[in-house]
Amino acid sequence: MTEPVLSVRGVVKRYGNATVLDGVSLDVREHEVVTVIGSSGSGKSTLLRCVNLLEELDDGQVLLDGVDVSDPRVDADVARRGMGIVFQAFNLFPHMSVLDNVTLAPREVHGVPRDEAERNALDLLERVGLADRAGSYPEQLSGGQQQRVAIARALAYSPRLLLLDEITSALDPELVGEVLALVRELAVAGRTILMATHEMGFARQVADRVVFLDGGRLVESGPPEQVLGEPVHPRTRRFLRRIIDAGRL
Amino acid sequence: MAVLRGHRTRAEVTSELQRERLAFKRSRSRRSTLVALLSTAVFAVAIGVTVTGAPGWPRVRQSFFDVEIAWRSLPAILEGLWLNLRVLVVCGALIVVLALGVAALRTLRGPVWFPLRALATVYVDLFRGLPLIILLYLVGFGLPALRLTGVPNDFVVLGGAALVLAYTAYVAEVFRAGIESVHPSQVAAARSLGLGPRKTMRLVVLPQAVRRVMPALLNDFVALQKDCGLISVLGAVDAVRAAQIEQARAFNFTPYVVAGLLFVLLAVPTARFADALGRRVERRQGGR
Repeated sequence: MTEPVLSVRGVVKRYGNATVLDGVSLDVREHEVVTVIGSSGSGKSTLLRCVNLLEELDDGQVLLDGVDVSDPRVDADVARRGMGIVFQAFNLFPHMSVLDNVTLAPREVHGVPRDEAERNALDLLERVGLADRAGSYPEQLSGGQQQRVAIARALAYSPRLLLLDEITSALDPELVGEVLALVRELAVAGRTILMATHEMGFARQVADRVVFLDGGRLVESGPPEQVLGEPVHPRTRRFLRRIIDAGRL
Repeated sequence: MAVLRGHRTRAEVTSELQRERLAFKRSRSRRSTLVALLSTAVFAVAIGVTVTGAPGWPRVRQSFFDVEIAWRSLPAILEGLWLNLRVLVVCGALIVVLALGVAALRTLRGPVWFPLRALATVYVDLFRGLPLIILLYLVGFGLPALRLTGVPNDFVVLGGAALVLAYTAYVAEVFRAGIESVHPSQVAAARSLGLGPRKTMRLVVLPQAVRRVMPALLNDFVALQKDCGLISVLGAVDAVRAAQIEQARAFNFTPYVVAGLLFVLLAVPTARFADALGRRVERRQGGR
């Protein structure tokens, strides 16, 4: 059996007295799309931020291609080159054009010459349907367009693993579709994706595996039709009932 | 308001209702202009009458507003002002560079940097608190008295050094406020792309910080423009000192008024530029 791209082992994260992640373990294999579901405050975002080493772990390990990147002796900046993350609030750089946002990491981190980085970036922007907005600034774009630029920015250095942190939660309902369609394309193209989301319908269609997080613990994990269709755990059932009542599934 | 109205008239006006409304707005704006002109005129006349009607006015006019003496003292004062301008440009450039360095030092995290961080904090506390005139005396007269080799004894250089010491402390705090106003999510985004802490600061944080504090920086620049006149207390012959010499020659205070007006004229363009920039920043931050 091949090594998983990402292996999270017993990760614990506390903020003061609050334990946000309480020993979470999870593997993501190559070409696999894993979605993390759970109510607000269940630790989904924190899990992704811990994987991206934006938060320091209080216990456990994060292994990327078998290498323990959570080891303080490992250079986090180097480890992050293997991952791309897209945030809920886009976090594009407002003082840079769309093109500069996308080419920043290739140019400054990976040493790609500017013209080559720009050619690649334009290809990527073409794929996310925004090649004509390369010279625009983030504030001139809609939320959905900004989020697609953020995805292009995360893809620009071909990371092994793509982390998507509730990327549609800050969008107007009519803009959610364009972003999810893009993620679907990436999944079909064989990207390895770990995605925190509230979009249950999308998780059901696209995910290879769904994991349910509750109170910082991984409660249930399995294929979407099982976790979302016939959940075993009472807490998963309660969560899904609330979602169904709210008309989200 | 003006922008809105301009926009409105450019659009095609078709309905009778809208035409009638526009006519009303135009007549109202004409009336506003008239009222503003009238009230300004009344105000100016009132001030003029009060000042020229004061019992001491003839004496004041003679010793502060003598046109002939003003004209005669102008060349010397202008020559002094040229020195002020050169000091301003050199000091301004030095202050920006040094202040950025101090601000960056103050935002460093990690135990290794403790001494540098502490040094920067002490420096800022000390030189922001010290009255500029005392600092000028200490640097201008105290430093050369040490008779260290390499220490210049030119009063212009020493005065400039004192200005740089004082203003760097102020401007460093402005930069630090700007750096800290950049949201942590921007740093997270930069770090997630693999950028190290230094590149994150240089490419992502600083450009946004500088843009945000530009109006405050220009305000400090105007303050520096007139504080350049303080190097005169060391004996450097700048505009203020030249005015003093002319005043002693003519037994008349008019040269001071001339120098003061020249400093004001110098500050006006910067102030207008700062206003324009502030408006632009305001407009641009709408979409953030």
